[in-house]
Amino acid sequence: MVEGIRIATAEEAKGNEQYLTALQELLFQLADDDFVLAHRGSEWLGLAPHIEEDVAFSSISQDTMGHSVMFYEMLEELGAGRADDLAHLRSPDEFRNAILVERANGEGHYMEDPQYDWAYAIVRFYLYELFKLVRLESLHRSSYQPLAVIAKKMMTELRYHLYHWQVWMEHLANGSEESHKRMEQALEKVWTDVADLYTFGPKGKEMVRFGLIEGEELLAQRWLEKARQALESYGFTWLGKPEPMQSSGRAGQHTGDMARAVATLSEVYRLDPAANW
Amino acid sequence: MVQQDLLTEEIIWKALQEVKDPEIPPVSMVEMGMIHKVSIENGNVAVQVLPTFVGCPALDIMRKAIVQQVQAVDSVQKVTVDFIFEPAWSSDRISEQGREKLREFGIAPPPLHHKAGELWKVDCPYCGSPYTTMDNLFGPAACRSILYCKHCKNPFEALKPI
Repeated sequence: MVEGIRIATAEEAKGNEQYLTALQELLFQLADDDFVLAHRGSEWLGLAPHIEEDVAFSSISQDTMGHSVMFYEMLEELGAGRADDLAHLRSPDEFRNAILVERANGEGHYMEDPQYDWAYAIVRFYLYELFKLVRLESLHRSSYQPLAVIAKKMMTELRYHLYHWQVWMEHLANGSEESHKRMEQALEKVWTDVADLYTFGPKGKEMVRFGLIEGEELLAQRWLEKARQALESYGFTWLGKPEPMQSSGRAGQHTGDMARAVATLSEVYRLDPAANW
Repeated sequence: MVQQDLLTEEIIWKALQEVKDPEIPPVSMVEMGMIHKVSIENGNVAVQVLPTFVGCPALDIMRKAIVQQVQAVDSVQKVTVDFIFEPAWSSDRISEQGREKLREFGIAPPPLHHKAGELWKVDCPYCGSPYTTMDNLFGPAACRSILYCKHCKNPFEALKPI
């Protein structure tokens, strides 16, 4: 870490090109993670197990989408382009989200014959948001002050998301043999993608050097410790440290699910950029 | 000169008292503790607002409502609204009057000086009974929860302490 570096405003960040590049790359990861996962959450609307959950899940997705808006707006201030354009007009390989958040909710399509996997939804959201808490705690000490400030605020909201997912984790882990088994399967599936979360991509070293965020290994350790404690308390066998991934969303490598998600998300904006709703 | 001197922060605060929370109409944004600062320079008014939730979808509606209300004040030239996150909004900022109005509207106000991580006790806003259960941590908005009063058998909402 560069000792004592502290950048107070977007203008100041723009004055240091290397710093700016690393910061923008980090913000794309933060924004895209929330944006794409919030989209996956929104696809559950009307399909959650009961109506109260529909309300809760939608609120959480909307809040998460709001977090991504904040990050895109920070990018706009840093001269990366208009926030709406960043969300809607980039091609899939320009997105920096982890592969974990782009996976489809299950077989089928939300408009037609959705065979979505509720256990996967719970495990994915829970583990992602648990990681997001670890990441925000680190960002709260970021050298980029606007990011440190917003991270603190987001943490207070995130705690409520986590309470919600914890109730479901507990419920399904101890519900029945069937629910426990499905949760184990979901956990294995999530585990194959999860290392991408704490991968910072090609600009990772600069991010750490400039004090924007702490190192990958440190964040991984903190998250793994929290995840292990929680999962064991729910009665799941610990799967060990996740394997590093062959391809990474942080480097713009994505699955076919991502291309379809981007097409859906940007359909209206591409048709009519002035559309208002 | 004389005319501009008539425009004071107090007048603007009074106008802002008429800007209501878009989702909780009886309560103003001032009572919610969301207005941080008002400043005036040559008839240009700048209002700093603290959002309750970062991801709140009502922020744009709030901005428009503030501009509309303040613009209507005599001698106001231009109105700018900035959302800021330092200091962070906390539910402790809701005024006593605001808390009373929330209760009348059927929303339990958040407890004061709540510590993060603790679950909070909520009394029914209708009958005051502490005999309530949490139905859903997330209500129709991220900032609210849905509870049920086992005493007067009413469902009600509560603002989350943050």
